[in-house]
Amino acid sequence: MTLTGAEIVVRCLQEEGVEYVFGYPGGAVLFIYDELFKQDKVKHVLVRHEQGAAHAADGYSRASDKVGVCLVTSGPGVTNAVTGIATAYMDSIPMVVLTGQVPTHAIGLDAFQEVDTVGITRPCVKHNILVKNVKDLAISIKKAFYLAKTGRPGPVLVDIPKDVTAASCEFEYPESVAMRSYSPVRKGHAGQIKKAAQLLLEAKRPMIYTGGGVVLSDAAPLLAEFVRLLGFPCTSTLMGLGGYPATDPLFLGMLGMHGTYQANMAMQHCDVLLAVGARFDDRVIGNPAHFAQNPRKIIHVDIDPSSISKRVKVDVPIVGHVPDVLLELIKLVQAAPQRPDPTALKAWWAQIELWRSKDCLRYDRASKIIKPQFVIEKLYEVTGGDAFVTSDVGQHQMWAAQFYKFDKPKRWINSGGLGTMGFGLPAAMGVQLANPGATVVCVTGESSIQMCLQELSTCKQYRLPIKIVNLNNKYMGMVRQWQEFFHGNRYSESYMDALPDFVKLAEGYGHRGVLVDKPADVEPALRDAFRRKDELVFMDFVTDPTENVYPMVPGGKGISEMILAEEL
Amino acid sequence: MSDRHIISILVENEAGALSRIAGLFSARAYNIESLTVAPTEDASMSRMTIVTTGSEDVIEQITKQLNKLVEVVKVVDLSEAEHIERELMLIKVRAGAKEREDMKRMADIFRGRVIDVSDNTYTIELTGDGSKLDAFIQALDQGAILETVRTGASGIGRGNRILRV
Ligand SMILES: Cc1ncc(C[n+]2csc(CCOP(=O)(O)OP(=O)(O)O)c2C)c(N)n1
Repeated sequence: MTLTGAEIVVRCLQEEGVEYVFGYPGGAVLFIYDELFKQDKVKHVLVRHEQGAAHAADGYSRASDKVGVCLVTSGPGVTNAVTGIATAYMDSIPMVVLTGQVPTHAIGLDAFQEVDTVGITRPCVKHNILVKNVKDLAISIKKAFYLAKTGRPGPVLVDIPKDVTAASCEFEYPESVAMRSYSPVRKGHAGQIKKAAQLLLEAKRPMIYTGGGVVLSDAAPLLAEFVRLLGFPCTSTLMGLGGYPATDPLFLGMLGMHGTYQANMAMQHCDVLLAVGARFDDRVIGNPAHFAQNPRKIIHVDIDPSSISKRVKVDVPIVGHVPDVLLELIKLVQAAPQRPDPTALKAWWAQIELWRSKDCLRYDRASKIIKPQFVIEKLYEVTGGDAFVTSDVGQHQMWAAQFYKFDKPKRWINSGGLGTMGFGLPAAMGVQLANPGATVVCVTGESSIQMCLQELSTCKQYRLPIKIVNLNNKYMGMVRQWQEFFHGNRYSESYMDALPDFVKLAEGYGHRGVLVDKPADVEPALRDAFRRKDELVFMDFVTDPTENVYPMVPGGKGISEMILAEEL
Repeated sequence: MSDRHIISILVENEAGALSRIAGLFSARAYNIESLTVAPTEDASMSRMTIVTTGSEDVIEQITKQLNKLVEVVKVVDLSEAEHIERELMLIKVRAGAKEREDMKRMADIFRGRVIDVSDNTYTIELTGDGSKLDAFIQALDQGAILETVRTGASGIGRGNRILRV
């Protein structure tokens, strides 16, 4: 069957079972939009800015087991999307980005709306392909989906010149792709796994540290089985939240720069550390030299060999697909004659409970001004802990991570690696479309929300009943906190003057807006909002502008060198 | 401890593969001393030789990061075992009537060949490892050197050490 390039693009998306494409039209993609118009299998979601398209596709991926797709035009369409692509890349989110390009004969001539898309995006994609011949189009799109979701996932971009979408060729969608240069491993090395099991069984002060890899690889049930089998303490990174049930007593809370006292202390003082799908990020282990001061054996399971021994030297590297490796570990531990030393483990847990009793997330519950932590606690209660929660970047993000106890994976959707303000709202759109009927909340700040605010219009068009929890402290709170701690209280450009009236703003977009300025009104406002199943409600909470996120590991310090609330 | 390593890469002969690899080195602040690339006997694949310096940890990251690139088929750190390394230099020198004799003799000593002649210049071709080429340059009267061009090192394992798919 002979098809045009534009027809091929749409057929490929249909073959891949794509339900939604998040995009924005323009000259270079007009043929593709024309084909989208002629069919109704693939639905298009028209965002208001290409950054929103990329974040929405990304959010869609994070909250489902599908690959999010976005489609943008050449030049400014691409440059606007770059922030969203880089955000997905840093968090290893599978995503396919289709970009229009000027016609092949015009490439390199500084044509109207030409940018070197492949060049600009190269460092922030897993792979990208410029399709110069319509004959290569179908296989390139097939490869894009395959690469995006296999191995360590990531965004893959296919750049399609306009004349390629107009040209025709014989179409057949390839069943599979084989690439001699790409073959991700699955099974871990049996000998290494055996060594790991042995080390864990002999541990006196064990610790399990899990990351986004657990969530991405759907390993949560196996992780829970493994942790419970051993009765070991477990912590998780910002990206890994929900990978292990937060309400389980074996869970010590999040670790890292704003991790709990018990998680960070246990991390520093353990004698055997199992890292699963995590990468010893600078926000997680702080100063690596300080971390290395305490001797411990480290086992590291990850799909990406380059994540292993990058910042921290490990003793037992295991490259493999996390669920496969966990399954092997479970079998070995079950079959082993010995159990972890019960006396040692008891003493270790006693120590951990002592750390836990510091109650490091304590805050002033009697405050007359709304405390942001209180809003998140109430949000958790009112939603029964069962919402999909997206966030932006800043203090509100950390409070959401600390106070909303995620028991399930793929419920906590945030930009951990790139830390992109503006992510929350468009990501929530993708999450809501991937989970129609589910409760979706966007926890944000008055500064972050203004970065992709225009998407309120998209929410109206597609009737997305997202609940926006705006923790309005009138400051770029996280910036203000750093300025308070490390820059002598000089609040350089972190005050958000001339804030809009968010209630009117929401109403202007056709949504409901509410202002909440008293602690007693927090819960009723939330209850009312979540009763409105079909409406987007923008809740503007006037919160304490001076509140800080604790604990905090200052940059360059060791993970156990935390600033705690009580010390101030 | 920062050592010199010579890394061989088999890579799909596709547009953009070279910039992907060069980009990786600059983005991650790895050193490149030299980089050479050309298609292999199988035209669908190119062979690249990169000379770099770095600690053991850095070199480990370099090989892992290279392997991670989708178009890279194989990566070998040749310096891990016996290998041979060669570089080609073309050097244009002043060779008027007075200097001709001397210049020719010097080229002979280094097993170079004069491959182009004009009234007052010689162009000499020389291969060897980098230090030999350096030595030749040192041995010449610096004022006589008009132009040099070097390819950067190419490397291959000794004996039965073979890099192919
Ligand atoms: C696009 C972008 N620009 C700048 C920053 C740096 N930054 C990190 S947190 C923050 C302040 C966020 O303020 P707000 O959204 O009000 O949240 P709060 O910290 O007050 O909860 C800034 C500016 C960023 N993360 N992303």
